Amino acid sequence: MTGAVVPVVRIQRQDFDVAVEIARLTQGRADIGAVVSFSGLCRDEQGTLSALELEHYPGMAEAEIARIAAEAVQRWPLQGLTAIHRHGKIAPGENIVLVVTASAHRQAAFEAANFLMDYLKSRAPFWKKEHRADGSEGGWVEAKEADDEAAGRWKSSD
Amino acid sequence: MTTRLIYFAWVRERIGMPEEDVDLPAGIETVADLLRWLKSRGEGYEHALQYPDVIRVAINQEHVEHGEKIAGAREIALFPPMTGG
Repeated sequence: MTGAVVPVVRIQRQDFDVAVEIARLTQGRADIGAVVSFSGLCRDEQGTLSALELEHYPGMAEAEIARIAAEAVQRWPLQGLTAIHRHGKIAPGENIVLVVTASAHRQAAFEAANFLMDYLKSRAPFWKKEHRADGSEGGWVEAKEADDEAAGRWKSSD
Repeated sequence: MTTRLIYFAWVRERIGMPEEDVDLPAGIETVADLLRWLKSRGEGYEHALQYPDVIRVAINQEHVEHGEKIAGAREIALFPPMTGG
């Protein structure tokens, strides 16, 4: 299953275009039967949030997502994989993260995308700080135990 | 040997700097030893490392447990649990 699929991993400040990223994976290919994409956006938390500031660990962020992506490519018969994570200040309604997986059949694409997001949330070195709509400085978003548990469930299936 | 320590998110804010180069004293063998030593270096460190169990650590940009030996580490990063995605 290792194949020749080389995951595309990008950490960037600027926005991305979901349609462009999907097209990039599928263009000129007749062997792909399923594409799953997940995009995570910044919520306004009922109007209380003016932005999220995403801090990251340059170097390790790329390396860690590349490790997670390489594992996904080994576990599922994928024909393409893209993972993009933004950093810096992100306003409500804007994109934060994108995962696109392509495979011959839908199950592998769905599962690999799910796995990638679970691991990305609990292993990739990013931290979110809130900026409040009333101008006050918000706190750091706390990690959820549920995210750790979600990542953990992939271990038992080995 | 000099080791570069890098801090992120509220660990960085509480310690008051993003990174520093330190000469580790003798006897600091594991990540847990390092956290204990750092905590004794002043108020900011004390505040940041009040609950060492929640601190996540990467050696040379790879996640490690607190029992990991730090011999030969060029870069050790300390940060809170990750909240990306």
